[in-house]
Amino acid sequence: MSVLVLCDHDRGSLAEASLEALTFGRRLANDLGVACGGVLIGEGADNASTSLASYGADSVYLVEHSLLTDYGPSAWGESLVQLVNKVNPTAVLACGTDRGNEVIAHLAASLDAPFVANCLTADTANPSTWLMTRIQWGGSLLEESELSTEQVKIFTVAHHGIEAEQSESSNSGQQESFTPELDESVTQTIVADRVVLTQGITLSTSPVVVGGGRGVGSAEAFAPLEELAEELNGVVGCSRAVTNNGWRPHSDQVGQTGTRIAPQIYIANGISGAIQHWVGAMAAKNILAINIDPEANMVAKAGYAVIGDLHQVVPAVLEEVRRRKS
Amino acid sequence: MRLLVCVKRVPAPGARINITADEQDVDAAHLGFTTSPHEECALEEAVQIVENHGGEVTVLTLGPAEAEEQLRYAASVGAHHFVLLPVTEVDWDPQRTASALTKAIQDLEEGNEPFDLVLFGNESADSGGFQVGVRVAQALSRPMVNGIKGIEIGEGTVTARREIDGGFEVYEMPTPAILGIKEGINLPRYPTMKGRLASKKAEVEVNEPTSEQGGQTRIKLHRPEEKVSETVILGKGPEAAPAVVDLLEELGVL
Repeated sequence: MSVLVLCDHDRGSLAEASLEALTFGRRLANDLGVACGGVLIGEGADNASTSLASYGADSVYLVEHSLLTDYGPSAWGESLVQLVNKVNPTAVLACGTDRGNEVIAHLAASLDAPFVANCLTADTANPSTWLMTRIQWGGSLLEESELSTEQVKIFTVAHHGIEAEQSESSNSGQQESFTPELDESVTQTIVADRVVLTQGITLSTSPVVVGGGRGVGSAEAFAPLEELAEELNGVVGCSRAVTNNGWRPHSDQVGQTGTRIAPQIYIANGISGAIQHWVGAMAAKNILAINIDPEANMVAKAGYAVIGDLHQVVPAVLEEVRRRKS
Repeated sequence: MRLLVCVKRVPAPGARINITADEQDVDAAHLGFTTSPHEECALEEAVQIVENHGGEVTVLTLGPAEAEEQLRYAASVGAHHFVLLPVTEVDWDPQRTASALTKAIQDLEEGNEPFDLVLFGNESADSGGFQVGVRVAQALSRPMVNGIKGIEIGEGTVTARREIDGGFEVYEMPTPAILGIKEGINLPRYPTMKGRLASKKAEVEVNEPTSEQGGQTRIKLHRPEEKVSETVILGKGPEAAPAVVDLLEELGVL
C-alpha cells in the first residue's frame, strides 16, 4: 500500500503547488505507515523529479508514452488510472490547482469513485470512511465531509492550504518508469498550441501586487497604480467590480473567480473586500488597505491601513518611493 | 447548433457568509440568489454562439424548485429551452449530481442529434467540487477541457483557449464536446425589458431526478477561525506616505 501524489509540471518545470501536495502526502503516508510515491506524467518529467525526494517521495513514477507530448486532461487522467490499477495505492492526491483538480476528477470519474476537492485535513482513523475538512466558497467556509469508499481514497489539497516543507528524513526518490496503454482518442484534449503573452512576473507569482477596486473610478485612474507597481517590480490586480465595468481585463482579477495571489505585500486600493475578492487575496503575507472608509471590510481584515482617498495617497506614496530611490 | 448549458443556483454573498443553526447550509435569509458566476458566462457564451452560428440553447439545472428563477433569467437573456431537475435535500454530492445530469442529457438527446456543445461552469461558487462536468463527459464518452476562456466554432470542431500563467493554451476538439467555462470569457449581458417579459411565458420542463448517493457526504459547515489582528493604521491621507514607504522597506520590497 502507498500514497500517490500527482505532481504537476509544465514541460519539466515542477509546479511549486505540487510541493504542498507532496508535503501533505508524505505526512499522510507517515500516519498510515506506508510509502509515499510521487507521480510525474509526460515529456520532461525526469527534469522535474529532482526535488521530489527532498519533499518526501520514497519513489517517483515517471509516466512515459509517445502520445504524452504535452498536458492533456484525458491523457493524464487515463495514465493515472492505469498507474493506480497497477500500484493499488491507499490514496491518490494532488494539489487543488486547475490541472490538479481536473486530472483527479478524471481519475475519480473513470474509477467511479468519490473525489473530495480542496481539502485541508484528513482524519484516517476509520479505514473505510475518512473525515475530510475541505474549503467551500473559495475558502470562506469549511465543510466537514465523509469520504466513504472501499476503493482508493481520492482528493486534492487546497492550494496555499499548507506550506510546503522539506522532509527531515532522507527519502530515496527512486525512479521507476511506467508506460500506460493509450489510444489516439486521448489526443483530442492534448494542448495543441500555446501562446505566451507576458514573460516573467505574473499576478499569481508576483511578490508585490497593487490592487484597485471600484474606488479607483475609471480605467484611466489606474495609471498611478501602474506606476507604483512598476517602481516596486510588482503587477496590478483588481476586483470583480473593476472587470465588470470593463476597466481592466479579467486576467487582472484577484478573487474566487479570478486569480489567487500570495505576494509578500498586497496593496488594496479602494477595495471594499467582498468575500469573492477576499478569498483570492487572503494568502498574501501582508495586506495594506488604502480606503476612504475606515469601516470597509478590507480595512478590518488588513494588517495595515491608510484611511484616505487613494487618488491622493497613491501619488504621495509614489513620490516618496521615487525620492528614496534617488 | 444545439447547445446545452448546465447552471447552478447559488446564494449571492457580500462581505460575510453565515451558516444555518443546523450547520447544514448557508443561511440565505438575507441573501439574494444568482446563477453561479462561471455558469452565467457559459450561458452568455452559448447565446452568442447561436447568435453567430444559428441554433438553440437549452439550459439544465438541478436544484430546489426556486431554481426556476435562474432558468427564467436564462430565458430573459436569450436561451430557448429549460429543464429543471428538482431536489429537496440540501446538497447532492457530486457523483449523484453528475449521474442525474447525465441521465437528463441522454433523455434530451433521445431521438435527436447529440448537443454539439455542453457547457458547464469551471466550478460552482458554493460547494466547488470541480468534477461534475468531467464525470458527465466521461459517462457520455465526450472530450472535455475545463478552465476555458475563449471558444471558436469550426466545422465539426471547437477550438478552446485556457488561461495559464502569462498566456494561454489552445485545445482543438471534435464535437460533440464538453467545456468547463471560466468567468472572463465574456461580459454577460443584462436582460432587456422585452426579454424579461418573454421569460415569464417560457415553458420549464420539470423532471424528477433519480440517482443514488455517492461516497462524499456533508457532515457540517463552519467558518474558519478568523485571524484576529488589529489593523495598524499607518495614517490618514497623503501624509501617511512616509509610513507606507517605511513598511515597504521593512518588508524588503523596495
